Parts: sequence; structure tokens; C-alpha cells
Amino acid sequence: MTTLRLPHLAGVGTVLRSDAVRRGRTKSLGHLTDEELLDLLARSDERALAELYDRFGGVAYGLALRILRDETLAQDAVQDAFLAVWRSAATFLPERARPSTWILTLVHRRAVDLVRREERRRGEPLDDSLHAAAAATDDEASVRFHRRLVQEALRRLPPDQREALELGYYGGLTQSQIAERLGEPLGTIKSRTFAGLARLRELLREAGVEEPVAG
Amino acid sequence: MRVNDTDLHELAAAYALDALDDDDRAAFERHLAACEQCAHEVASFRETAASLAYAVDAPAPPAELRGRILDAARADRPNVVPLPRRWTLPALGGVAAVAAVAALALGVWSVSLSSQLDDERSAREATERALAFAADPDAARTELTGAEGSLVVGEGRSAALVVCRLAEAPGGKTYEAWVIQGGRPQPAGVFDGGAGCRAVPLERPVPAGATVAVTIEDGRVAQPTGEPVITAEPA
Repeated sequence: MTTLRLPHLAGVGTVLRSDAVRRGRTKSLGHLTDEELLDLLARSDERALAELYDRFGGVAYGLALRILRDETLAQDAVQDAFLAVWRSAATFLPERARPSTWILTLVHRRAVDLVRREERRRGEPLDDSLHAAAAATDDEASVRFHRRLVQEALRRLPPDQREALELGYYGGLTQSQIAERLGEPLGTIKSRTFAGLARLRELLREAGVEEPVAG
Repeated sequence: MRVNDTDLHELAAAYALDALDDDDRAAFERHLAACEQCAHEVASFRETAASLAYAVDAPAPPAELRGRILDAARADRPNVVPLPRRWTLPALGGVAAVAAVAALALGVWSVSLSSQLDDERSAREATERALAFAADPDAARTELTGAEGSLVVGEGRSAALVVCRLAEAPGGKTYEAWVIQGGRPQPAGVFDGGAGCRAVPLERPVPAGATVAVTIEDGRVAQPTGEPVITAEPA
């Protein structure tokens, strides 16, 4: 297969940064790496928070909206996650994760917490109509490119593995909820989730999207 | 349910997707604390999971969200009160300095000391542990009922209460924390109220399914005498 060499998120960040500079958003910090921004953030530099939001806020909001299917809740999830970044940047360990992964993990966890809480409260799943109507807008070219590669990798997964990953990651469902919804044994869903994520990792590496974690 | 190590290893994927049921997550986290290979697997799977965020077709966030986040961050900062003098940075080593910075970032200005922790050194270690929990994004948080704050459960189910703006216990009494499992409360430390937020390290782990409660007591007692004023039921 043709290997598309896409720099990982750090590389995407580089492109984003130059876009940001062209737009004159946060000129002074555009040259810094994500890690350097977190260092500044740990010293309460608001500009660093603004710059990180400019880099990852769009993806973060898209993810939160996909999970929560409610614009207000999605905004809350993104805000909570960025405030968590603001408060705990000093505890970030660069050898454990990329900043982008850390931020998106916080966004995901917060969104999943909110969707589970909200569904418990309402006693029913959140309305799914927004998801169908959603359309990508206004993203940086590099983000669109990255999106295309990940979507392509997802398409190449066996459909049952893809379904298990999507219900878990985007649906906010636990393994037993997925098993119940699909009428499959719990053990099958766990195996499928593991096989699917491992296969996706491979496909992304082949596409040059993902490199092993540094350190 | 008893799961073997192969099964546990498999859970790394669903763990990275935040898609484990509570009992499996607790079992996996206990295993994770002692399994370096699993920690690497989780870190690697988290990268893959984060890539999934990029696959979403979604509208751009509303323009005002950026300003709201910056405003909220700004408003967050005035809560920060300098640490008490004995915790000033130059006096502390590396880990302590990190914890102190985390404390500043969290707006945690004071940490109550359990009666068992009467020497300053062990008190400071407990403080650091509690602050590390409080600041650890991987720790599980449960909102408190009855007070502002959260119960933070970290690796190995060690836990801390982060309590904000809790009124002083009346009449010279004190707050006492309990870990309740199977209807049996076990003492987990005493602390005081006060302005600002404080991180209270619990003296015992909080197993899955246990409840943490706080009662008002006449000093440290072995069994609660009053009704809980604060409760938290962690996942």
C-alpha cells in the first residue's frame, strides 16, 4: 500500500501554528511546541491557554458534540477540559503522552461523564438528530487531511470491530451496554474492542499518522 | 467475577476508550498499578483513541467559547492564595515543588492534617500525596453531596477529599471521614473546615463499591456517632 507520510499531531501542530500566525491570532506563541505551551501554562500564562485552544479547540468541540449531541453540553465539556488543563498543566508528564493526546483524553472523559450523567437523569439516550446534520466547517487544511486519513483507516476495519469502537468512543457506551445493544456476549465485545483498536493503531501507523509514544 | 491476566490485558483498549464498566475499570486499574507493560499499552492506545477525535465531522465551535474559557481561567486564578510560609518553594525538593505548583494551580491553599500525622514531615508527605491525587487527570473524581468539592480516587484506590468553603464544625468539634463498605464504617482521618479549598488525604483506600462519608465528631472516634453531613459514592 502507498504510505502517506503525514507528520503526527506534532507536525499537524506545526502547520496549525503557521496558519494561526497568518491569521494573527496568537502571534507571539505560535512558534512554541505544545510541550512548551504547557510549561507556560503551568506558570499561569493565559496566552498559552489561548494558543492551545486555537490548536485543539476545534477538534475537541467536534468530539464533545459527537458524544453529547447537544451544543450547550458540548461547550461545557470543552470548557471543563480546558480548565482542567489550565489547573493541572504542572502535573503533565511529557514522557507519558503528547499534549494533544492528554487534552483530547480530558475532553473525551468529561464528555463521556456528562453523557452518562445526562442519560441517567433523563432515563433515555440523548437525541441523535444533531449528529446526522453535522457537517465539517472551517477547519485547517491539516486537520481535514488528518481527518481523512483516520476516517479511511476506520473504513478499513472489519465492520464489527469498527462498530464496537464507535459505540464505545463516540457513543459513550460501556462494554456491557454495547453487548446488550448488539445482543452479543460481553466477552465477544471486549475481544472485538481490543482487536479493533489494535488494528486501527496498525493502520494509522502504516498511514504515518501515528508514531510510537516518545520515551 | 475472577478475571485472569490475559483478560485484564485485553481491557487496556476499552480502558483507553473510557468504555469499561465500573467493576472492570476498578480491576484493571488495580492491575495497571503494578503492570508496566499495561501502562505502555494504555499510553499507546490513548494515542490511537485520540486520533479518533480527528475523524469527527462537526461544525466549528461557537466563536464565544474561546473567550468564555479564557474568562473562566482568569476567574479561576484569583482563588489562588499563597501557600503557607513553611511550604514556600525554595524549602522543598523536586516532588514537593511540583506538588506545590499543582496546589497553586488548583487553588488549594491549605491541607488539613489528621491527628495521626502529628509530625510535620509525614504531614507534608501526606499533603503531597493528596495534592498529587487532586491534580492527577487520570484520577477518578466524584462530586461530593453535602459540600463543595470532590472525592479523588487515584492509583491503587488511594483517595483524597478536596473540600471547598466548608464551614468550621460547630462547638469545637471536628470532621471525621469514613470509608464505608458492606455497611461497616472505618475511620479515614479527621479534618477541619475553613475558607478556600483543602485536600484531605484519606488514611485508607476506597475500594470499588465503597462509600465515603463525613460526620461531625468530638475529636477522633472509632465509630461514627452522627449522621453523615457529606457523602460521595465513587465509581
